[in-house]
Amino acid sequence: MLEITNLHATVADKPILNGVSLSVPAGEVHAIMGPNGSGKSTLAYVLAGRPGYKVSEGSAAFDGKDLLALEPHERAAAGLFLGFQYPVEIPGISYLQFLRESLNSQLRARAETEISAGEFIKLAKGQAALLGMDAEMLKRPVNVGFSGGEKKRAEMVQMGIMSPKFAVLDETDSGLDIDALKAVGAGINRIMRAPDKGVLLITHYQRLLDYVEPDRVHVLVSGRIERSGGPELARELEREGYAEAAA
Amino acid sequence: MSAPFPTRRQEEWRYADLDALQPVWEQFAEPVTLTVGAGEELEETWLPMPDDVQPRRVQLALGEGAKARIFALNAAPVYGRIELEVSLAEGAQFELFAANIGTGLSTNEIVTNVKHIGEGGRSRQTIRSVLNGKATGSYLGKVEVARGAQQTDAEQSVKAMLLDRGATANCKPELEIFADDVKCAHGATVGELDTMQLFYAQSRGLDPASARALLLEGFIMGLWDSAKEGDAICEAAREALRRVV
Repeated sequence: MLEITNLHATVADKPILNGVSLSVPAGEVHAIMGPNGSGKSTLAYVLAGRPGYKVSEGSAAFDGKDLLALEPHERAAAGLFLGFQYPVEIPGISYLQFLRESLNSQLRARAETEISAGEFIKLAKGQAALLGMDAEMLKRPVNVGFSGGEKKRAEMVQMGIMSPKFAVLDETDSGLDIDALKAVGAGINRIMRAPDKGVLLITHYQRLLDYVEPDRVHVLVSGRIERSGGPELARELEREGYAEAAA
Repeated sequence: MSAPFPTRRQEEWRYADLDALQPVWEQFAEPVTLTVGAGEELEETWLPMPDDVQPRRVQLALGEGAKARIFALNAAPVYGRIELEVSLAEGAQFELFAANIGTGLSTNEIVTNVKHIGEGGRSRQTIRSVLNGKATGSYLGKVEVARGAQQTDAEQSVKAMLLDRGATANCKPELEIFADDVKCAHGATVGELDTMQLFYAQSRGLDPASARALLLEGFIMGLWDSAKEGDAICEAAREALRRVV
């Protein structure tokens, strides 16, 4: 489903990714773990197409399409979702308006029927309830005045509304207390655990993986996958640290 | 006999498009006068007109404890001017929420002179400009606090968004204070759209043009939040933004 081959990328002319190769088949959840500065977030941004993140070599194919040739909004319409490590605030625009326009823009790009205001509110309220978020918050400007944990829950509500084919979740677990972590973990399983979907879960810690069991775990060090293994690799990393495990 | 035609040497006409104004000057030479009596309230919404040149010159007198709130959208295709001279008696309150939305070679300006005459008056001016092409958007705002107008509270917040290199924003808050117990605040910024907000919106599926439009809508729409009859100005602002983005 997602096929990354020898991916090299630079940010402000500094090489960050140095040949990442990774394959996530449909129906699987892969975790990427690694120390600070290893390139985890850069990989997420490169896949979503953030301006300023330049691919110098290699490729990424999504459902057989050249992902890197697409604009960020085309990637979204193709079914890719990025859960942001630091969700962005947009004053003056309510969450409901932001998400309805975004979803309809995706539907138009896929030549599907747009969703009406009434149907959309039902969908959004339902997803908010499933993630334990007060639906009233969706009337507020996007992420403005939200706590760190509320922003992360809101990212998952967005994912539920968009129902993407593939999600790249960049440290969705950071800043969450234990209840929120459970809710987010359950949300990921509910929305993304399906034979035709896939997830790349970027995390520092094992704890989210207690709720979302990965099929494969990869260790990213200095912009390269140093090791890959089953779920037991995450527990080994937690015990022994990255330096030891990567050696 | 009408008032003499202005010149650019006059500070309040410094950025004006006088060539555009000349042919229609006779009609606008005398400002319209509005009076709000003691304790009364006024809310006005000024929408753009269809004309190329749209001067609006108003003198507003607020009696003791009177309240006035004005929502204004300035989006003329050639030259728009909202000129407002306000006088506040004791305890009067004045609020202005106004936007310049300009494209092409247009000049749109908001020129205010707020005179705090009595004690304890309060004035709030919030101005937002969105400009592209070679458009000019200006705000010249003078606040005068008369001798004896103690406990005046005056505030000016001015922000402009330039979408092209050729666009110009002028911003000139001016204070003239002859009382010693007053609060007068002003802030001004000129910026471009935030790249991270743009990327966030695009990552959710909005194409670049729609993402820009949405962010600019947020920048402007906050102005009309407290309007009782905000629908018309919201619609007019959306329409003006569509031409700019």
